[in-house]
Amino acid sequence: MKICVLVKEVPDAAVEKRIDPSTGRMDRSGEKNLNPYDTHAIEAAMQLKEGGALQVDEIVAVTMGPESAVRALHKAVSLGADRSIHLTDAALAGSDVAATGYALAKALEKEQPDVVLLGQQSDDGECYTIGAVVAEHLKAPSLTQVIKLDVVDGGLRCERQAEYGYDTVQVSLPAVISVGDAINEPRYPSLKAIMGAKKKPLETASAADAGIDASLVGGDGSRVQCGEFKAPPAKAAGTIIEDEDTDATVEQIVAWLDERKLI
Amino acid sequence: MGGILVYVLHYEGALNKNSLGAVSEGAKLAGELGVDCDAVVVGGGDLTNELLGTLGSYGAKKVYRAEGAEGLAQPVIDVIDKVIADNGHNYVIFGGGLLGFEIGAGLAARRNAGVTMEVTNVVVEGGKLIAERPILGDSQISRSHYKGDLGIIIGRINAFEVKETGGGAAEVVDVQVDYSPWSNQATMVQRGEQRGADVNIEDADVLVAGGRGLGKAEGFQLCEDLAGVLGGAVAATRAVVDAGWYPYAAQIGQTGKSVAPKLYLAAGISGAIQHKVGMQASEHIVAINKDANAPIFEFSDLGIVGDLNKILPKLTEAVKAKKGG
Repeated sequence: MKICVLVKEVPDAAVEKRIDPSTGRMDRSGEKNLNPYDTHAIEAAMQLKEGGALQVDEIVAVTMGPESAVRALHKAVSLGADRSIHLTDAALAGSDVAATGYALAKALEKEQPDVVLLGQQSDDGECYTIGAVVAEHLKAPSLTQVIKLDVVDGGLRCERQAEYGYDTVQVSLPAVISVGDAINEPRYPSLKAIMGAKKKPLETASAADAGIDASLVGGDGSRVQCGEFKAPPAKAAGTIIEDEDTDATVEQIVAWLDERKLI
Repeated sequence: MGGILVYVLHYEGALNKNSLGAVSEGAKLAGELGVDCDAVVVGGGDLTNELLGTLGSYGAKKVYRAEGAEGLAQPVIDVIDKVIADNGHNYVIFGGGLLGFEIGAGLAARRNAGVTMEVTNVVVEGGKLIAERPILGDSQISRSHYKGDLGIIIGRINAFEVKETGGGAAEVVDVQVDYSPWSNQATMVQRGEQRGADVNIEDADVLVAGGRGLGKAEGFQLCEDLAGVLGGAVAATRAVVDAGWYPYAAQIGQTGKSVAPKLYLAAGISGAIQHKVGMQASEHIVAINKDANAPIFEFSDLGIVGDLNKILPKLTEAVKAKKGG
């Protein structure tokens, strides 16, 4: 059985994110890191493998992105993936969420995974939906924001919070599951795993290698054209108190509340 | 031809409020475009003609009804795909929520359509819909133009206001759908399980909400003490509810409750978008967080950068003294 984990390189949390005005795309220069949510997906894959209820032979990390995205794959491998695939092609740049999901699905098709795992959201795009797009192209069921994953009857028993409380859903394989950060505590990679990550097999695939129809990807192939960025309506800035003397701070809070008749 | 279709979620015989908002918005936009707004539902016997007819008063003309599994995305994708193939709708609108995201994205893949999520505003320009969504932590708004003949709009929760227009009963049309094999690969074992005690936070004028910054489940005692003296209730973020620190019924945000109290005091809450959408309508927002860069400070009226373990107990005492005096 094979598990593929979709990962993404995102700007480091400490880097301020901005749109490059010349391209209308996110400025992806600056420090980058593996999307934190993806580390939970890799951990979930490792737990399925170690749990033994499924015979997991291989965990493959897959990403799409520029050359620098290789680092996200190294990180994924250091966290437990056996090998990785880097889908990279100038023709893919500027793809929207639907086009990106299509491209990733084509790369996955060749691997024929039994389970595809991914993080519920990327730290930068805030789309929450790539898993649902990938699943539809793979003709597989999809669940997002899963916070508990167990093997039951050879399939996956998934729990998640939905509109009306907690739902429990049984899914037979193959399936695409995106996980929330409450699902596990990702392990830290060992020094040995970090050192060895670059030696694990890494396959680089172009759009043509993956059998991607170039008319369906990139800025031109995307069905949504984003742009004309504007600032949101300005909200009056609130008062900020740096707490240095807690008694004085509390006094200020109480006065503020009292002025507004909230006490 | 060429109308707007709105997915309406329901549970135990009641229609979802965000879906009703989406129908109201769809009807308004359809009016500007000079087309019809229809609705689509998937479920069982509780979807009666009477219940679905009420969608007419929010502006829906027809309601397409298919029998199928509830609470799962794939069957709904099959139904909407069929309805569009037969009727040629150009736009599909979702009121938000987990299922709306999943169905909308899957439908975009199925029909090679454009999709925009977290939409807070839709406008008509040149006979087409333009979807506006905040991005990068709500610091900018991006406008989506749709290419091709289908555009999918997934609203942010609470973005679309529920408005009754006084229209007559909607016409209910039954749709027969052959479900895809992979639609039958997922089955609901249990839906809508409530975890933890049943608490009422929606009627409170004052809410003291706790997040991960409380450090541990016991940290909620600080919130309960303060809420006690303020005469309010205690609410929680999704992270701490998923961690089992506080009951689900107290959860604010995307998959929890939406509230608008007079005072919302957030303790140890970073202010992620998913939380913000459930509480930003509060009259006064006060935040206590040790991280000066926490997004919550960008939309609070009073922000305190500091250690809640030091501030909350003293604040409770001070409020108690103030009330006593």
